[in-house]
Amino acid sequence: MAEAGTATIESQDAHVVSHGHDEHHHEQSFWSKYIFSVDHKVIAMQYMFTGIVMALIGGYMSYVFRMQLAYPGESVPGYGAVSQGEYNAMVTNHGTIMIFWVAMPMLIAAFGNYLIPLMIGADDMVFPRINRLSYQIFLVSAVILLVSLFVPGGGFGGAWTAYPPLSANAEYNLTPLGAQLWIVAVALEFVAFLLGGINFITTLMNSRAPGMKMYDIPMVLWMIVIASVLFMASVGPLIAGAVMLFMDQSIGTGFFDPNRGGDPILWQHLFWFFGHPEVYVVLLPAMGIVADVMCTFARKKLFNYKLILFTVFATGIISFFVWAHHQFVAGIDPRMANVFTVTTLIISIPIAEMLFLYIATLYGGSIQLTTPMLWALAFIAEFLIGGVTGIFLGASGADIYFHDTYFVLAHFHYTFFPIAIIGFFCGLTYWFPKMFGKMMNETLGKIHFWGTVIPFNCIFIPLFILGAAGQNRRIYNFQNYPDLAGLQDLRIFATTALLVMLAFQAVFLINFVVSLIKGKPAGKNPWKSNTLEWTTQSPPPHGNWPEGLPNCYRGPYEYSVPGREEDYWPQNVPPDTAPAE
Amino acid sequence: MLQGIYDFIKGIFEPLGDYLIGSLVPVGSSFAGDIDSLIALVAVFVGFWGLLAYIMFFFLIFRYRRKEGVRAQYVTGEEKNLKRWISWPHAAIIACDLVIVFMAVMVWYNVKQRLPEPDATVRIVAQQWAWNFVHPGPDGVLDTDDDIDSFNELHVQDGLTYQYELVSKDVIHDFSVPVWRLKQDAIPGRIMKGWFQPTKTGSFDIQCAEMCGIGHGIMGARVVIETPEEHAAWMSNGGSKLASVVER
Amino acid sequence: MSATRPIATTRSATGIPTGKLAVWWVVGSEIVIFGGLLMAYLMHRLGHPEWADYASHTNPWFGGVNTFVLLTSSLSAVLAHHAAEKGDGKRAARFLYFTCLGGLIFIGIKSVEWYIEISHGYTITANGFWQFYYTAAGLHALHVIGGCIIMLIIAADAKKQLELHRVELIGIYWHFVDIVWIFLFPLLYIAK
Ligand code: HEA
Ligand code: HEA
Ligand code: CUA
Ligand SMILES: [Cu+2]
Repeated sequence: MAEAGTATIESQDAHVVSHGHDEHHHEQSFWSKYIFSVDHKVIAMQYMFTGIVMALIGGYMSYVFRMQLAYPGESVPGYGAVSQGEYNAMVTNHGTIMIFWVAMPMLIAAFGNYLIPLMIGADDMVFPRINRLSYQIFLVSAVILLVSLFVPGGGFGGAWTAYPPLSANAEYNLTPLGAQLWIVAVALEFVAFLLGGINFITTLMNSRAPGMKMYDIPMVLWMIVIASVLFMASVGPLIAGAVMLFMDQSIGTGFFDPNRGGDPILWQHLFWFFGHPEVYVVLLPAMGIVADVMCTFARKKLFNYKLILFTVFATGIISFFVWAHHQFVAGIDPRMANVFTVTTLIISIPIAEMLFLYIATLYGGSIQLTTPMLWALAFIAEFLIGGVTGIFLGASGADIYFHDTYFVLAHFHYTFFPIAIIGFFCGLTYWFPKMFGKMMNETLGKIHFWGTVIPFNCIFIPLFILGAAGQNRRIYNFQNYPDLAGLQDLRIFATTALLVMLAFQAVFLINFVVSLIKGKPAGKNPWKSNTLEWTTQSPPPHGNWPEGLPNCYRGPYEYSVPGREEDYWPQNVPPDTAPAE
Repeated sequence: MLQGIYDFIKGIFEPLGDYLIGSLVPVGSSFAGDIDSLIALVAVFVGFWGLLAYIMFFFLIFRYRRKEGVRAQYVTGEEKNLKRWISWPHAAIIACDLVIVFMAVMVWYNVKQRLPEPDATVRIVAQQWAWNFVHPGPDGVLDTDDDIDSFNELHVQDGLTYQYELVSKDVIHDFSVPVWRLKQDAIPGRIMKGWFQPTKTGSFDIQCAEMCGIGHGIMGARVVIETPEEHAAWMSNGGSKLASVVER
Repeated sequence: MSATRPIATTRSATGIPTGKLAVWWVVGSEIVIFGGLLMAYLMHRLGHPEWADYASHTNPWFGGVNTFVLLTSSLSAVLAHHAAEKGDGKRAARFLYFTCLGGLIFIGIKSVEWYIEISHGYTITANGFWQFYYTAAGLHALHVIGGCIIMLIIAADAKKQLELHRVELIGIYWHFVDIVWIFLFPLLYIAK
C-alpha cells in the first residue's frame, strides 16, 4: 500500500476523468440535491443531522430516567409518571441509540464521509451509490427503532446487551413486538455500517491524491478506517447471533434456550466479541479528530506519528482478545477470568502510550485555546478518567464487586461522553467553517464548552461514588433498598447537573443557527491548516476541487518548519514555493 | 511464598481500602477486605499515573501557551532524548500492570476459583422477580426434612463458611450482596456454586444485578446475619422472622 | 442522475482495482458472519454428542450432488472470467447464465430435500441440530439466490460489452459462496 501511493492509474475509460465536474453544473432539484444525493458531503450531513436528532432523543430519555431516579414516582415534566417497564425500555434504548445511532453515525459516518474524500484530495467516495444506500438503510433502521418504542407491549427493556433468555422469549420480557423490532433495527444498522465501511476502506486505500503516501494520511482518516476494519472484523458473529435471536423470538427455535439444548452464554460471547472492539470503533475516530485539532492549534507536528499509528494497530488487535472481561461473573469457567485479566491490562499499555504521545504533542507548541482546541483538550482530560477506571474493572478480583454497579456506568460514560459528545463538538467546531463557509462565534462556543464539560463531571462523579457504595444498574427506584435509600442527595445532584447541561445545549443551538446565517465568511483556510480539505472553497462545491484535484507533497502536520516564513506548509504546495493565499 | 507476597502487599493497602470502600459499605465477609485492598491498590497505581499525566498536561498547556513572536518548535517525536519521555513510562506501566494482575488473580482465585470446605450449604433460587432461599436447617444438610424455606430473606450465621448453589427458574439473574462484595450470575439450566463467610452481623441488601425483565428493579431481598444464638433461635422457630433482627 | 463515475473510483493507489478490493472486503466480512455461526455450531456440537444421532437423518446424497452442482457452476464462472478478459462479452454472459442455472438447480434440490425432511418432522424447531442445519444452510441459500440475481444483471451488461470487469468480481463472490458450502457440507451432513 505504501509504495504504490504515488501511482495514479489512468482509468480504462478515460472520458470519466475529463467529464468529472462539468457534468454537474446544471440545476438539480431539491430532491436530487439534498435527499437522494450521492455526494459524499450531503450524505455526511444526512448522517450528522440524523445523529443529532437521535442524540436529542437519547438525551431526552436520559432526562426522563434521571428525573425518575432523583424524584422516584413523581411525574416527570414533559413525560409523566414513569412505570418500571417504561424505565427499562428507556434505559435500554438510551444505550442503544447513543452507541449505534449517535456515536457511530456522527463520528464514523458523518466525519468519515465528509473528510475522507476531502482530505485525500478526491472528488467523492469510490462507490457513491453504495454510500447513499448505506445511509438509507441506516435511516430505515433508525425509524424502526423509534417505532419499536410505541408498539403494543412497549419498547424493548432487556438492556442494550439483550441477554437471552430474557430477550429471546416474550413470556419473559413481555414486549414481543418491541424486542423483535429492536433486534431488526440493530441488525440493519450493522448492515448499513458494513456497506459504509467498505466505501471508507477502499476509498482511503485506492483514491489518495498523487503523492500521498501512507504516512502522509491525516491521523483522523487512519483512525476512521481502522475503526471500520475493526467493525467489519468483529460484527459478523453478532449478525449471525442477531439472526439466531430473531428466530428464537419469532419462530420458536431454541438457540439460546437452555431448556431446549441452547446456551444463553453463547449470546454473551457473540455480543461481547463484537462489543469490546466496538468501544474502540467509536474511540478511534474521536482520537483522530482530536489529533488533527491539536496539531493545528498547537502549530506542532504530531508527536511521533508512526508510534501513534503503531499503538492504534496494537489496540485494534488486542481488542479482539479481551471480550470476556464483561463476563467475569457471568458463569464462564473461572479460570478464564485470569486470561482475560491479563489481556485487558495489556490493552492499557498502547492506550496509555497513545495518550502520552498526545500530551507530548503539546510540548514545544504555541497553543491557542480556541473552542475546538478546548474540546480537544477536554477530550484528553476526561477520557483519561474513563480509561483508568477501566483498570479497576479489568482487575478480575475488583470486578466481582464493581460488575454492573454504577461504577461501570460512570466508567463508560467517562469514555463515551468524551467520545460521542466532546469529540463530536470538537470536530464540528473545527470543520464548521469548511462545512458551512461561516465562522462560529467563539464566545458562545466557549460558554457552551464550559456549560457542558463542568456539568458533565458533576453528573458522573457522584455516580462513581454511588457505584462504590454498591448501587446496581437498571434499577428504577432505590427507595426499595434500605442500604441505598440514604444516598438520594447524590442522585438529585447528578440529575440537577444534567438539567444544567441540557440547558446549555441551547447556547450551542443558537450559536449554530446564528453562525449559519450571520457568521463571518470563513475563507478557504481560516485555521491555517495543512491538510487538503482546507485548499478548496468553503463549503466545497460538488466535485470538491472545480479547478482540478490537488497533489500531495508532504505529511499532514508540517507546522512551524524551521526556515519557512509561514508556520504552516499545506500538503498541496509544491516544495520550495511560498504557501499560497 | 506467593501468599506471603500477597499478604504483604495487601497489608499496605488495607487501610486505604477500608477508607475508600469500607466507609461506604461495611466490610462484611472474609474476602471483602481483600477486594477493598485490591481496589485501593489499583486506585494508587492508576492514580499515580493519572495524576502525573494531568500535571504534565496542564503544565504543557500553560508553558507553551501562545505568545506573540514565539514560534512552535519543530520536533517529530522520534528524537532519542524526547522518546525517552514515552518509553520509560511505558516500561513502568508494564511493571504496574504486572502487580495489578498478580493481586487481581490472587483475589479472584480465593473468591471464585476455589471452594473451601463448607460448614453449611444454602440454595438460592432466583426467579422473575424474587429470591427463594433454602436453608439447610439444624442438621446443616440440604434436602432433608428440616430445611427451612424463605422468601426474599436469607438467614446465615456469622463466622460460618457457606457454600451456595445458585439456580434460576427462568432468565439470567445475578445474586449481588454488596456488604460481602459478592456477585454471581444465576444461569437457567445450571447450578452455580460458590462460597462466602459472613463476618459481620446485621441485615443488609441483596440486589439483582442482571437485567431480568420488568420487575428487575424490585428484585431486592435482605440478608440477615445472626450470632450463633440468634441463628439457633431463628431455626428453632422454624424460620419465622425475628422481629428484632428484621428491624435492625 | 448522471452516470459519470467520480475520479476517485478510477484511482488505484494500491494497484488493485477498486471494485476487486471492495469485493474482497465484502467477502471478508461475510467470512466473519459465517465463521461466527459455524463456531457457535461447533461449540454446541462438541458439547452435545447426541447431535450426531440427529445428524444421521440428513441425506448426504442431496448434499453431495449439490456440492457437485456448485463446483461445476464455479467452473463456469471461471470460464466466464476468461471470456471477459478476452473481451468476449457474449461468451462471458453465456457462461454466467450457465452458472446461474447451477445456482437454480442447487436451490431446487435444496427445496426437495427440505420438503422431505420437514414432512418427516425434522422442522427447524425440532431440536438444536436442526435449527443450526436450517439456519446455516438457509443463510447460505440466500447468498446463492442473491448471487444469482446480481449475476443476471451483470450478464445482461456483459452481453452489451459493458462493465466486463464485473464478471471477475461476481466470480470471486461466487467462489466464496461455493467455499462456504464446502465447509457446511461436511459439518452438517458427514460428521456423525
Ligand atoms: C468507548 C468506550 C470504552 C472504552 C474506551 C473503554 C475502555 C476500557 N474499558 Fe470499558 N466499558 C465500556 C466502554 C468503554 N470501555 C462500556 C460501554 C462498558 C459496559 C457495557 C455494559 O455492561 O453495559 C464497559 C465495561 C467495562 C468492563 C466490564 C465491567 C463489568 O461490567 O463488570 C471492563 C472490565 O474489564 C472494562 C475495562 C476497560 C478497559 C481496561 C479499558 C481500556 O481500554 C482503558 C485504557 C486506558 C487507560 C488505562 C488510561 C490511560 C493510562 C494511563 C493514564 C496509565 C496508567 C495505567 C495503568 C498503570 C494501567 N470496561
Ligand atoms: C455514547 C453513549 C452514551 C452517552 C453520550 C450517554 C449520555 C448520558 N447518559 Fe447514558 N448510557 C449509555 C450510553 C451513553 N449515555 C449506555 C450504553 C447505557 C447502558 C444502557 C443499559 O444499561 O442497557 C447508559 C445508561 C445510562 C444510565 C443508567 C440507567 C440505569 O442503569 O438505570 C444513566 C443514568 O444516569 C445514564 C445517564 C446519561 C446521561 C445523564 C447522559 C448525558 O450525558 C446525556 C447528555 C445528552 C445530551 C446533552 C444530548 C446530546 C446533545 C447534542 C449531541 C447536541 C445537540 C445538538 C443540537 C442542539 C443542535 N445513562
Ligand atoms: Cu433478577 Cu434482575
Ligand atoms: Cu470491554
